[in-house]
Amino acid sequence: MNSSFLKFSSITKKIWMAFLGLFLMLFLLVHLGINLCLLRDDGGKWFNDASHFMGTNYLVKIFEIILFGGFFLHVFLGIVLQVKNWMARPVRYKVNSKSTTPFLSKYMIYTGVIVLIFIGIHLMNFFFIKIGWVESPVDMLEGGEPDFYTAAEWLFTQPLYSIVYILLIIVLGFHLNHAFQAAFQTLGLEHKKYTPAIKIAGTLYSIFIPFGFILIPIYFLFI
Amino acid sequence: MDLTLNIWRQKDAKSKGRFVTYQLKNISQNCSFLEMLDILNEQLIMQNQEPVAFDHDCREGICGMCSLYINGRPHGPDDAVTTCQLHMRKFKDGDTIVVEPWRARPFPVIKDLLVDRTAFDKIIQDGGYISVNTGAAAEANNILVSKTSAELSMDAAACIGCGACVAACKNASAMLFVSAKVSNLALLPQGKIEAKSRVQKMVSKMDELGFGNCTNTYACEAECPKLISRSNIARLNREFFCAKIA
Repeated sequence: MNSSFLKFSSITKKIWMAFLGLFLMLFLLVHLGINLCLLRDDGGKWFNDASHFMGTNYLVKIFEIILFGGFFLHVFLGIVLQVKNWMARPVRYKVNSKSTTPFLSKYMIYTGVIVLIFIGIHLMNFFFIKIGWVESPVDMLEGGEPDFYTAAEWLFTQPLYSIVYILLIIVLGFHLNHAFQAAFQTLGLEHKKYTPAIKIAGTLYSIFIPFGFILIPIYFLFI
Repeated sequence: MDLTLNIWRQKDAKSKGRFVTYQLKNISQNCSFLEMLDILNEQLIMQNQEPVAFDHDCREGICGMCSLYINGRPHGPDDAVTTCQLHMRKFKDGDTIVVEPWRARPFPVIKDLLVDRTAFDKIIQDGGYISVNTGAAAEANNILVSKTSAELSMDAAACIGCGACVAACKNASAMLFVSAKVSNLALLPQGKIEAKSRVQKMVSKMDELGFGNCTNTYACEAECPKLISRSNIARLNREFFCAKIA
């Protein structure tokens, strides 16, 4: 990123963050749809077929580049904006703020950093195996493709990994809860007629996504 | 009522400040907060000490001069009032009250509790007006304005520029102030002509002065003594976006 990019106005940066955030939320729905294939009692056929499709389809590969670009831009802009926010108040107050604000809104940068660490771990366990950067912990399928179903089963049957996964997914839910409605506010889409519906949709989304992802370790641990 | 005051004292803009504790006795609960500070200052003058410097002017809640971050809230523990309209009945006998100046890089402390809010004037000078020749008032009905627009514009115009939004925001963002000023004009036909250049210039100046970014915590709305709505921030974002893509 060159310095002229940093010179974009605060609102331009925030609008980009909001667009990219909504795009990443759409991706999470697709990701969850594929992950839920793990719950089918078919020895991982659906999940591995879906993984094979995602790993070989050219449109998906193009989408993957956009996804990674969008993700890194979202993170980069978040850091740039946060650094400026810290600089804007060099002397802190003695008494912490007692203003009434949505609880999760104050911790977006922290939940964001935790989600970033989680995604790093997640990439190590799955995506980096796919592109050959990390060795698969389980045997490959016939044809030399990674067996992601067995890899997922191997990971999620480890209680420590599953507990950490569940906790990090809950933090992702916290991040999404504020992010959903904040994205619409940043895009200027605020009105007394539809904003309550956006808030409800955001709350439902931030419960549905973590719930769906958490089902998977619970399935492998207990079922 | 008897009170313990913990007040930020700073000799001038370049000096290092510190909190100083004062004891006040027999304060009437009918005093305003500023009157209570007046009593403290009289006491300090009688003791040949430097009185506490703080901003005030109309003392009627309309000028936007008074500030003060009191016990973790701009303008103190009451809702929708300025510090001059805050009364001591909102506190209890024996309370300790911590009084701090607005904290934000664009609002440097001048002395004690006084801060320099010229940054807001600079933002206004960069577009917070309409370019018309002065003269006799035009016929009011020459340009029709819908009731909804007029009411929303008047709601935004209620902003007194006190800076509580900046003080309350964890990022020291001035988005509520700028959005109120942009909305006030953009909603009216007279202001629409320069709306695109206005919003870009005012946002650019806001960024240049070192205010933080809005992260939609809405502390600004919660602490605004004039109840300026967060809807104005959404309108500012919308106006800015449309101005950029048009």
